[in-house]
Amino acid sequence: MDEGSDPSVTIAQIVQRLKGTHLHSQLEKQAKECLHRPEIKLESLKDDVRRWLKASGWERKLQNAVYRELHILTPPGHPRAPPEHTKEPLAYMRKAQAGWEKRIMKSLNSMCTELGIPLSRKRPVPEQKELTKKWNEMGTDEPDLSKFRPVYAPKDFLEVLIGLRNPNNDRSEEVTVRSHWGLIQVSLNVCDISQMREMYPELSFTYGQLGIDDHTHVPPDLFESEHIRVGKKVVSAQDSAAAQQYSRQGCPTGLRAQLWTLILNSDSDPEDLTHYEQLKARVIQHDLLVDNLIYKDVKLTASNDDYYFVFEDYLYQVLLCFSRDTSVLEHFNYNSATPPKSSIHSKSGSEQFSVVYPPNGVIPFHGFSMYVAPLCFLYNEPSKLYSVFKEMYIRYFFRLHSISSHPSGLVSLCLRFERLLQTHLPQLFYHLREIGAQPLRIAFKWIVRAFSGYLSTDQLLLLWDRILGYDSLEIVADLAAAVFAFRAENLMEVTSLASAEAVLADLSTLKVMPLLQIFLFATAV
Amino acid sequence: MSVEPVSCTIKSPVALQIGDTVSDLSRPGVYITDITLAEPVNIQEISFKNYYTAYLTVRVQQREDGSVKWVTCLRNHCLMANPHAEAGSHDYFSIYRQQDTEWDVPAWLSTLTPVETSLDLKGLPDPETVSSSIQQMWALTEIMQASQNAASIGRFDVDGSYDVKLLSYM
Repeated sequence: MDEGSDPSVTIAQIVQRLKGTHLHSQLEKQAKECLHRPEIKLESLKDDVRRWLKASGWERKLQNAVYRELHILTPPGHPRAPPEHTKEPLAYMRKAQAGWEKRIMKSLNSMCTELGIPLSRKRPVPEQKELTKKWNEMGTDEPDLSKFRPVYAPKDFLEVLIGLRNPNNDRSEEVTVRSHWGLIQVSLNVCDISQMREMYPELSFTYGQLGIDDHTHVPPDLFESEHIRVGKKVVSAQDSAAAQQYSRQGCPTGLRAQLWTLILNSDSDPEDLTHYEQLKARVIQHDLLVDNLIYKDVKLTASNDDYYFVFEDYLYQVLLCFSRDTSVLEHFNYNSATPPKSSIHSKSGSEQFSVVYPPNGVIPFHGFSMYVAPLCFLYNEPSKLYSVFKEMYIRYFFRLHSISSHPSGLVSLCLRFERLLQTHLPQLFYHLREIGAQPLRIAFKWIVRAFSGYLSTDQLLLLWDRILGYDSLEIVADLAAAVFAFRAENLMEVTSLASAEAVLADLSTLKVMPLLQIFLFATAV
Repeated sequence: MSVEPVSCTIKSPVALQIGDTVSDLSRPGVYITDITLAEPVNIQEISFKNYYTAYLTVRVQQREDGSVKWVTCLRNHCLMANPHAEAGSHDYFSIYRQQDTEWDVPAWLSTLTPVETSLDLKGLPDPETVSSSIQQMWALTEIMQASQNAASIGRFDVDGSYDVKLLSYM
């Protein structure tokens, strides 16, 4: 947040967003009910009620809600800046994103036309009944998905990013030592290692870490027991900001689920359950073409994964509901992407209405279900799993498949990875370039999925602890560079892209925290 | 205080070159844009959209008692923290004139604080000011809230129908 700007604008924005929420009505109700209490005196009514709300924990709930709003609030920009400037300030990136979206829409339309399947249709009642019965075992269905193909795969998106050019930048054709050796050719500000050391002090050698200091050989008294004790305190205090700070050193397995819901402020209220049930009703009512894309994606990715195949049914239950959740549309205020639209006729046929398709505006791509899969280890209650996933998507995951100049956006992460490699492992980078194995071509898929499906689950969750703790995806790029640093010796010996990929094919034995710590704090600068 | 736009003529930027000829090898780093006003006006605010300018200097021609002089109001004000990176390159900026100054030369500030608010040197805004502007904002949000269809679970269908045939794109 910009310290120079007027806080009253931000306060007014947050007040408006919280008004009419379930929390607001609960607070009003509590304030009314506490009037009966003996400690509330008429002369000092305002202060007494405030004091009581604080003591009973309601003020903390409000604080957590405000903290959550601050995470997703777009800072008040210049009054003359149009909304698209808030989504993405750079015109050439907006243009590239619009072009990419057009390609996706054309692809979806042609799939629709070729297969003769509508993008959406209302299910006949017998079909609705059937689906309701089979809701908990949708995985047993074996629909014919052979005709469907994913709308795009990450590598298609990589080509678009490689083609990004700043029209104001005069690029000479020759490549010199000072030019950028990688594939991303736009100049965004990315941090170097010395700046990262300042940003991630909790990852340094002087702090204990889960993922390092909870190793079986390390006596728990040194760090682990105390860290768990503090974690329990944070959970009982129900403090969102404290939980976020805490998770920078990792979340204990037994407390992680509660800590993440606290950080994301997605506590399973009865309101969340109602919301989820409503979404489920919508899945029953309408059949969407994107449902088949989701089925196909789950079958191709999560179901083939040793860690995640058991959660297949949960994945359908979450992703099908996600597609119908119009509250997700709100995140397009700060996402450079725009939801696809279509028009439908009213029942009378006289009027045309513009609608968003799918209702949440997000078209899934190959690997999308991997954003949900790791969360299944934490939550077995579908409505809770759903609300955590949704919050993580609208805070972080959406940045991994749209074109923007945001520091946590995919373009910045790719550039950051390449710059780290060129600065700190120049011999390796040069060698890989020479053999036609641009490092980003290998690392891209890791970054797009935030390493889901590539690391073992316990390691992945330790990484995602830090994404939440630092409220940024930048650590994903840092880990990608750290992995290359770790396997540098082997990579120097390969002579082709295929063999480079083979060296980096299996990351399931990697321990992320030692890799990150060594790369960030032991690299000579 | 309401601000009204002033009509002006903006000339195309002229590059500052050393020497007579423009050579391909040396590219100018400084461009000058002349803005002419129809008549002398007390300027309070200059708003503009940036396009890859890193530092801004503003000079103003003042008329006083028949004599005309150029004064520098703002020198090398930074618009892009890193001239070689994108941040700030397309952003919108406003620079404001500060009224109370000890010098003859009007000093310009670039913060977004409007002119009549005094800056609290401790860094925190005055609570009374914040409170009164919040009151105004609340009044505004009441109006906005009333005019919105506050549906927490937004419907995506139209009268129960959501038969989407094809996506439309421009």
